[in-house]
Order: sequence, then C-alpha cells, then structure tokens
Amino acid sequence: MALLEVDDLSVTFARRGQRTVRAVDGVSFSVDAGEVVGLVGESGCGKSVTSMAIMGLLPRHPGTRIGGKAAFDGTDLLGLDDRARRDIRGRDVAMIFQDPLSSLNPVIPIGLQVTEVLARHRGMKGDAARKEAAGLLDRVGIPDPTRRLKEYPHQLSGGMRQRALIAMAVACRPRLLIADEPTTALDVTIQAQILELLKELVHDSGTALVMITHDLGVVAGMCDSINVLYAGRVVETARRRPLFREPRHPYTSGLLGSVPRLDSGRGEPLNPIPGSVRDVLSWSEGCAFAPRCSRRVDACLDETPPVVRTHDGRSYRCVDPVPLPGAVPAQAGPADQPEASSPEPNEEKTRD
Amino acid sequence: MTMTGKKERLDRLAEMVNRDDERGVSLWQEAFRRLRRNPAAIIGAVILTAFVLVALVGPFFVPYEPKDTIGIREGLVKSGQGIIPGASAEHWFGYDHQGRDVFSRMIVGARQTLLVGVVATLIGLAVGALIGGVAGAAAGLGGRWGRAVDNALMRVIDMMLALPSLLLAVSIAALLGASLSTVMIAVGMVSVPVFARLLRVSMIAQANSDYVLAATSLGVRKPKIALTHIVPNSLAPVIVQATLTLATAIIEAAALSFLGLGNPDTAQPEWGVMLADAQPYLGIRPALAIFPAVAIIITALGFTLLGEAMREALDPKLRK
Amino acid sequence: MTDNDILVEVRDLKVHFPIKRGVLFDRTIGHVKAVDGVDLRIPRGQTYGLVGESGCGKSTLGRALLQLTPPTGGEVVFDDVELTTLPPARLRAMRRRMQMIFQDPMSSLDPRQNVESILTEGLQTHGIGGNRDERRAIIGEALDKVGLPRWALSRYPHEFSGGQRQRIGIARAVVLGPELIVADEPVSALDVSIQAQVVNLLDELQESLGLTYLVIAHDLAVVRHISDIVGVMYLGALVEEAPSDRLYTEPLHPYTRALMSAVPVPDPDVEDRRERILLAGDLPSPANPPAGCRFHTRCPWAQPTRCADERPVLREIGGSRVACHWAERIASGELRPNQEGAGAIRGSAGGEAPEPVSIPTSTAKADSADG
Repeated sequence: MALLEVDDLSVTFARRGQRTVRAVDGVSFSVDAGEVVGLVGESGCGKSVTSMAIMGLLPRHPGTRIGGKAAFDGTDLLGLDDRARRDIRGRDVAMIFQDPLSSLNPVIPIGLQVTEVLARHRGMKGDAARKEAAGLLDRVGIPDPTRRLKEYPHQLSGGMRQRALIAMAVACRPRLLIADEPTTALDVTIQAQILELLKELVHDSGTALVMITHDLGVVAGMCDSINVLYAGRVVETARRRPLFREPRHPYTSGLLGSVPRLDSGRGEPLNPIPGSVRDVLSWSEGCAFAPRCSRRVDACLDETPPVVRTHDGRSYRCVDPVPLPGAVPAQAGPADQPEASSPEPNEEKTRD
Repeated sequence: MTMTGKKERLDRLAEMVNRDDERGVSLWQEAFRRLRRNPAAIIGAVILTAFVLVALVGPFFVPYEPKDTIGIREGLVKSGQGIIPGASAEHWFGYDHQGRDVFSRMIVGARQTLLVGVVATLIGLAVGALIGGVAGAAAGLGGRWGRAVDNALMRVIDMMLALPSLLLAVSIAALLGASLSTVMIAVGMVSVPVFARLLRVSMIAQANSDYVLAATSLGVRKPKIALTHIVPNSLAPVIVQATLTLATAIIEAAALSFLGLGNPDTAQPEWGVMLADAQPYLGIRPALAIFPAVAIIITALGFTLLGEAMREALDPKLRK
Repeated sequence: MTDNDILVEVRDLKVHFPIKRGVLFDRTIGHVKAVDGVDLRIPRGQTYGLVGESGCGKSTLGRALLQLTPPTGGEVVFDDVELTTLPPARLRAMRRRMQMIFQDPMSSLDPRQNVESILTEGLQTHGIGGNRDERRAIIGEALDKVGLPRWALSRYPHEFSGGQRQRIGIARAVVLGPELIVADEPVSALDVSIQAQVVNLLDELQESLGLTYLVIAHDLAVVRHISDIVGVMYLGALVEEAPSDRLYTEPLHPYTRALMSAVPVPDPDVEDRRERILLAGDLPSPANPPAGCRFHTRCPWAQPTRCADERPVLREIGGSRVACHWAERIASGELRPNQEGAGAIRGSAGGEAPEPVSIPTSTAKADSADG
C-alpha cells in the first residue's frame, strides 16, 4: 500500500471576470514509503498546484474547487478539517519551497522558527528544544549552528536559508517531504549541495520525497520514479532509467530532445517542441499536447487519450506512443492494454 | 513526419494563436475591459455620473433661488425660537435656519463641491507631477547634479509632509485670505507631496527597468527615453491617486469651508458651509447636517470605489 | 589569427560600484568589485560564452562592454574603435553595430508599445529607412528572420507567450543589422521546451547574418552548446577560458571542475557515475573578496603556499587560459583534493540501487538530543 495515493485530483480556479482555469485536471500518482518520486513539467502544467492542494495550502476562495482524492496512509487529506490537517502538516508531511526567503518569517530568528515547529509537533521546550534545533541545523550542514540560531533569515545566504528550511521540514521526521523546485533559485554549485543533502536525508531516515521540478537533470539524479505532467495531467509515469532511455510519450521524448546537455558537443542540433505551453487543447477535446505533437494522428482528437499501462509498471497517456527501440513502429506491445478504469470524457463533463 | 502533416500542424498553431481579434489590445484597453467587469467600478461610475450631472445641469432646474430666504419672508421659519419646518411637498428637504430651500441649495452646492474638488486636485497634480517629474528625471539621469537636484526637491517635499495637512491648508488660507480660490490652492497644496513622491518613485523604478536599458542600447537619447518610455509607464499609479485624491479633496474643502476659510459669501451654497451652518440646530433639525454630510460621503465613496477599481485594473500583477 | 579577425577586445576591464551610506551626504565606504580586471577577445563570427554563478559579474561585464554601465577602468576595443573614451554622440551612432538581448523578455519590452513601435524605435534613432513603408519592409524582414508572423506588428508584448516575446527582443536587436550581439541569459526565463527554439534561432541567425555573440549564462549546458569559446568567471575575474569542447573534456581550474560536476545531466547513467565535487560554503562578498586566489576559500585543492597570498594570473596551458597556480599538477593528478570541508562525493544515494554513502551522519546526535 502506497504512502501517498493521489487519485484523479483536480483543481479549478474560477475568478470574477476571468476564464475558469483547470490548473490540475485529473492527476493520479502514488508514492511509496521511502521512495523519491518526481513531478516534472513546465510552467502551467499544474505540478505546484498539485502539491499545494495536497498540503491544503491553496488560498481559500469560493471559486477554487478541489476534486478527487489524496490519501496519505489511508486518510484522505482533502477531506480533513483544518485542525486535523495542521496536525498532519509539519509532523507527517512537510514541504520545502522554491524561495526560502519568503517562506521564512523575516522578523523572527531562525532558531525560534525551528523550535516553534518542535514545540508544536513534538512538545519540546526550552533547552531541549534549543539543543535539538542546533542539532538539526548541524545535520543539514549549517556551520556553527548555535550562533546561527540567533540570526535572522536575511543574515543567511540563499543556500543556508534553504538548509534552514529543510531543517524545519525534517524537524519532526516526517514520513513524506514535498519539495517544490527546492533548488531553482540557487546557483548550480549550491544546488549540488542541497540535492546531495536531500538524498542523504531521504536515505538515512526513510522519508519519502516528492520532488517537483522542471529540470530533467535533477530528476535523473534523484528520483526512483517519475511522473511527467502536461496541461494539468500526468502524461507518463515510469521508473527513472526506462523513462530517460525509452520515453514513450511524445512530450517526454520531445523534452529530452530539446534540452542542451553538458555532454553533447557544440552545435549538435536541438529538436525543439514547436509552439508554446499556451497552445493547448482542453483534455475533454482530445490530447492537450496534440497541437504541438510531432506524432499527431486523427485519433488524438477523438477523446481524452486513455492511460495505457504496460507490463513493466509504466504508463502513458497516448494513442500513438513513441515506439520502443527495435519494435515495429506504431504498434503497441502485446501487453499494452488500455486501462478499463481510465476516466472517460463524459465523466469529465459531469464534474464540471 | 510528412510535409503535409507538418504544414497542417503549423496552420493549426497559427490559427490557435490568431484566434483573438485582428488588432492588438493595449494595456489601457485591457485595463478598461477589466474595469467594466468590476461591480465596484460600476457603482462608483454610476454615483459619479449622477453627481456630475447634478452639478452641471441641476442648477438650471432648481425649484427655488438658493439664496432666497423664502421661509423667513413667509414667516414659517423662526430659527431663534427653534422653528424650522421639515420636508414638505413644496420643499422636499425642508428649510434651513435662514428659511432657504435646502433641496435647491444641495443641488447648487454640488457644482461648487465638484469645482473645488477638481480644481484642487488638478493644482495638486500639476505641481506635484512637476516636482516629482523633475526629481525623478534628475535621479534617473544620476550624476552629481542629478542627485543634488533630486535631494533638494525631496527635502522640500519632506517638509510639506511634516506639516499636518489641515494645518498646512489653514496656514495657506490664512496667508491668502478666505476665498474659494484659497480653498482650492490650500487643498491642492496638501496633495502635492503625494503626487510628487509617487511620480518620482515610479519614474525611478521605470528608469531601472530592462526596457529602458534596451532603449539606451538602441542608441535612443535620454530625454526621448524619459518622454516616450519612463513617463507614460509611470502615470498609471498617478492617475489612480488623482481619482482617490478627488475624494479627499472634497472632504478637505468641506472641512475648510466648515472652518470658515472658504468663500466669504456664506450665502453661496456649498456642502461644507451648509454643514457648518447646521451645527447650532443639530438638536432641532439634524437633517440639515445629515443632507450635506451624506452627500459628501457618497460622492467621496464614488471616487474611492472608482479609484480602487482602477488601481486593481491597472495592476501589472493581475495582467495575464 | 590576425587582429582583423578580432571584433571585440576587452583589456583589463574594471567595474567598481561604490557602496554609499549616509542620510544627507553620500559617503563612500567601499566598493563592490563586480568586474575586476578582465581580458578577453571575441573573434568575428564566433560565439564567446561567459559562465559563472550569480554575483560573479558576468552581466556587469556584458553591460560594461556595451558601455551601458560605465567601466571604472580598462579598455573595450570594438572593431579598432576604443569605446570607453568615445564622445556620447559617436557612441550612440556606434550602438547600431552592437545590440543586446535580455533575460526577461517581458520586462525588456515596454508594455505600452506595440511590436511595430518597438521595432521602429531603433530604425528612427539611426535614420534607417526613409519613410514608414520602407521601415515596414525592414521590420517585416526582421519578423521573418525570427519566425514571427506579420500580424504581430499591431500586438502588444503582453499578448505573446514567453518564447514569442524573446523573439520580439531578438528582432529588435537584429533589425538594426548589428555585428555584435550581447545576449544576457537569453533562455533562462523560458520554459524548457521553448529554450531549444530560441537557441536554434540564435544559431540560425549567426549563420545567416554572420553575427558575433557574447552569450552570458549561468547554464553551462546552454553555453557549451552555443559557444565556440567559453570563459568561466568567479568573483569578477576570469578563472579559465578555453574552446568549448576542450573546456568540457579537460577543465583545468578547480572551479570549472566543480561547476561542471554540479550540472545535472538528464541521463540516469551519467548521474549515477558522476563524481560530484562539492564546494564548501558560499560565494564570498564581492565587496570584500579574499586575498590571493579568490577561489582559495572554497577550493578543494587549495594549497598552504601561494593560494592565499598570490593572485594567479591567466596563463596559457595547452590551448586554455587558466588562473590557477597548481593547474598542471592538479591535471596530472599529482595533487589530490583536500578532504576537509570539501571533497568528491559519489552521487548515487538517490539511485535505484542505493549504496552506502561515505558521509558521516549526525542522526545519532539528533536522536540523543531528543530524549
């Protein structure tokens, strides 16, 4: 049984005078205990909104609708009341954000912010809490932790702030850590430090990690399994190696073909995906990626492409996937069967 | 991938992007669209349209001459004995303490109020924008002299800000003697620092933006950059502020009139004067104070609603 | 290579920003040495890539080269003309030949100008195209070059996607027919799938128009992909400069090595095999850079002699220019990285077959503090 099971999660924003936005449009994925799972996609694919919805951090607004399920250890996080959710948040599930400066309170010393978490969820007070806080800062590689406890966020560098934030997140040894673009704002050498730290923490404590990022390189080095998102849906799920070696969804393969790699030479041509993320189709009209897809066939526009699960545990949402090397083109493998329970287009409409 | 397939796809892409109307939509048009969809803006606009209409054409249709002490002439009003009749079929808002028709005075007073509000705001805007614009341009140009000019102007503005606004207005009024133009100038001067600071800060922010650097790298001269890029992009917050200032200007003008610093011809109706006149009779006829007070509040509310809605519509953060 | 082939030469360029304090009177209490003595040459028709982390001064260098930020010292020679002492009017005329592309396509376009007006501004400034129709023809050509449709002319920047906006910015630069384009982080604000479009466009334009580029970026992969020569900056100075492929195969400076090893590659096999060189600590303040070699405070190969007190100069080693006292001995493997503070770490802890990592953890300590 998975630690976190997100099933058909949808988030729509309706705002006065604006078009209703389906930011997340039926996202499903699961995270096992101790596993590192990546959510990869470009801006607007819904990866961050997904994590905010799971954490119950979306701003309250009558126009915001959340549907589907996000079961953590059997409890549906979306159905909890505020109090119960606050209890889980920070203790069992913690989150790290992209911008550490705005996630830390600027007028409270780092130490107090860490001990606050310890007091709230572990009932620690006074010297014990301070000692534990210093231990945590030391654990995340902040030098001279006892002095740092008295400092304010602006006195720390970007990398150190992100470490402090990680210290707060792991203070209660959560079973699940959600990291939303944790290194995007950092320089590449600092990014390497933080990624190494996250790997270590996950490895030592058995915490499951959901890594949200746009950087395929970061996922390649970190994640056990990866979900690729496009226009609010997961379009492909696979283990790390198969995904990078044999991407099946044209979007995944398009992304991999379009990023310049450090180990590819000068002038090797890149194959960009045409158009932009604005050029999407609504999923109810067919495949949202179809307008930009190089493998587009008429069937793409018939209905929402169903999820295809293969025997090796990967899945993709495409009617004409990229063929496996050596396979006959445009023919699905024998074990590739459309999943019976995939959401049907008419089902989509009833939820509108 | 066949050629036809590619062409078809590109056509489709172009079509998707080309879906909107042919002409581009400028920021102002975009802001106006957003404004139209905002109920607060609609309410504000309705209030203000009504107010402006009343102020412009109302005085031609008033049932009575507003300075005519008709109530006293007919012996109906004896304010010394506390007899001031209220609303009736002929006099909808009743008489005031001198036996004048309150309804007529309210309508004629609207014109005065609008005039004072608009002129005072324009004075504030003109002087403030001049100081702020020069300071902003000087700061943007930088250099020793630029910084010095900017510094000097801002210290003057700081001094104006340091004085409480009403005190500043009262001293100006005392200096120039009580008159309607005194009220306009006094109220206008109070809003000068706000406009000056706003335009300056906004210009400095724009001067540091990438598109100004881009224009510099194209080889465009600095004065032209200031006029074509910096100033137009700095105006949005100033326009919003002007709308909001209209609200406070009306209230401040009323306050000055209330204190007796306004038009010396107190027979000339003005909402602030009416409020002041009503004071001794609050116990007998509170309506005399309520009518002008409510009118001032509603008008100010109209400007505030519209101003806030404009702020929202022009906010670059809400832009898609 | 003769001097005729060099389009731009930068000699000992310095940009120091004063740090001012004081309420009424400005008092200079120090200087941020954003660029502190850089020499480089950009051959005509080639791409020079400048990489470095935030705060290394690469953007300032690009702007100082174009005289958009006045240099504190040094010279910039563009096609045999010394720019730093040029009178303003001649410099403005010169700007037609050297253009800039910006990082954020939204903020570098005036939101109140439509595309036609954005593209016309430069033409008017330099008196190119006699009348509106002539200008329209020139603009139309520029739009074709960058792959934007004609109907874009009447549109405003906010109506375009990020990639299209960047194309507008590129069109604004190429419409003047420049020889040099300084591109400051041209793709970093764009979505992954769009970056390749813009990178390819820059390559195409270089080929068809014979442009010379100075590409400034923090993304080593992008820089390596489009550059012929790459310069690596650290705290206001070049630490290494080499042909793109050589820099990748044989990085000589310890900082280049660390940078290279830190860039994630979208390939699990490469990621699992990589030896990551983790640098200790953060970037020192450019207002108060370390004495001697500026990198010695974080360098895994720092030696007790010379590094802390003698500033290394760029010297030629087998086709690269390196500013490190010990480059040869590090390259030969004679010197090993210090274990203290920094070191090479095998990056496989997050892999599918986790191996024990060699880092001592302090979980035990945290646990005992719990009780």
